[in-house]
Amino acid sequence: MTEPLVELKNVSFKYDAEAAYALDNISFNIFKGEWLAIVGHNGSGKSTLAKLLNGLHFPLEGSITVGGISLSEETVWETRKKIGMVFQNPDNQFVGTTVRDDVAFGLENHGIERNDMVQRVTESLEKVKMSSFLNQEPHHLSGGQKQRVAIAGVIALRPDIIILDESTSMLDPRGREEVLETVRELKRDYHMTVISITHDLEEASKADRIVVMNKGELYREGTPEEIFQMDEELVKLGLDIPFPVKLSKILREKGLPLSRHYLSEEELVEELWTSHSKM
Amino acid sequence: MMDKMIFGRYVPAESVIHRMDPRSKLVLIFLFVCIVFLANNLLTYGLLTVYTFFMIALSKVPIRFIYTGLKPVLLLVIFTLFLHLFLTKEGEVLFRFGWITIYEEGLRQGIFISLRFFLLILMTSLLTLTTTPIEITDGLESLLNPLNKVKFPVHELALMMSISLRFIPTLMQETDKIMKAQTARGADFTSGPLKERVKAIIPLLIPLFVSSFKRAEELAVAMESRGYRGGEGRTKYRQLSWGLKDTAMFAMLAALSLVLILLRT
Repeated sequence: MTEPLVELKNVSFKYDAEAAYALDNISFNIFKGEWLAIVGHNGSGKSTLAKLLNGLHFPLEGSITVGGISLSEETVWETRKKIGMVFQNPDNQFVGTTVRDDVAFGLENHGIERNDMVQRVTESLEKVKMSSFLNQEPHHLSGGQKQRVAIAGVIALRPDIIILDESTSMLDPRGREEVLETVRELKRDYHMTVISITHDLEEASKADRIVVMNKGELYREGTPEEIFQMDEELVKLGLDIPFPVKLSKILREKGLPLSRHYLSEEELVEELWTSHSKM
Repeated sequence: MMDKMIFGRYVPAESVIHRMDPRSKLVLIFLFVCIVFLANNLLTYGLLTVYTFFMIALSKVPIRFIYTGLKPVLLLVIFTLFLHLFLTKEGEVLFRFGWITIYEEGLRQGIFISLRFFLLILMTSLLTLTTTPIEITDGLESLLNPLNKVKFPVHELALMMSISLRFIPTLMQETDKIMKAQTARGADFTSGPLKERVKAIIPLLIPLFVSSFKRAEELAVAMESRGYRGGEGRTKYRQLSWGLKDTAMFAMLAALSLVLILLRT
């Protein structure tokens, strides 16, 4: 986690028609192998940030460097090879008529040879546990399954970074867990860097680091523990604090000696049911 | 809703016809449409009919599916028959009843032309019954490839076709959803005079259009982020392979044409 994989330096951006800056002087680094969550309310600029990272827009001021390459119109296809993106709506990113065609789409675009392609399609679908759906059509799949196919399409291209742009926000809790579990496994096995853009702090609580965005500015940057210390401030930014964090805070106010902020339900339950024996 | 769709008519089965190269199927159908016009007597029409039914038997598609596919056009075939029967006034009079007079030539032409029509429909529906739409798209793309030289956007056309095919079920589901939502708000799609019913479709179409444009935009972004930059330098995952069976089918059709030419009067 020493060398920055992505560097943002004083990045500013605004959409043509609007007077206000969508992103205002943003600087931070993303390190190799980490899971970074970018959180913020609607209109905080987090999605614009994702579009900039993938070269769908270019910064008006400042610079973005991906894996040593400075992002510009000339280098955008180069950097896109390093970054795979999974978008919000599962339907609107499914290009192929069947699962295997969809995974192959990105490979076809990059001119990968057919034999290699067949192998990579099989491998990637195995990785996301969708092998048994090879010839299935998209309208027969659930949202979570479609997102896993999208992830397979991304990893088939072997990128260094995977960006989840609100990828779980349209899914039911089960689909969400499926997708996140898949990404966690990939991160572990392939040492990928994950950038997840979300307004769900529960999801963000499992990240290594969190960047909080507000009104186009970088509001705070830190580990989940540090970020959740902000408490009321987060609520003011329009973000909902995860239930275990909320509960542990209230318990502490009631005088229960909890040792720290809890980010996951399991941890909290563990502390609570053993607390009596410790007293 | 999907059952009524003409594209949903593909019947999966393991047969020689199913496994043929879509290119050869497309070309063969085209040639068949041409040679049908060679037939002009009982023997040649008989041969064509035998050939057509032999192909249907080879395809292993149940007759039931073929019949349901034919039902809407059958009326047109019968209409053609009657048109010729009543309007052709050549040859000997066969039958006279009141103001209806049927001539020999009328009967002959009526039967032959409606049979020709019938066989054409059978063969073309056999194509869609045994070939998935995406295979047809691939076949067309490959066949039209030479047109690339005159700057005809073959790849773009094929991509457009395959994306439309991919989105047909999605948009159907969406239409269904919007319809239910509007019904819940009191919209009535099923009763009232025609004018009212056409009006009722507007609140269905507008949301559908708006969401389609949004989908298109998101899809374009997703495609670009996956490295799509036009047809150049692209490899293909689905591959077409010309086999012995394709050559054999061509030989068979050539033989049939030859016989037709020899036997026609």
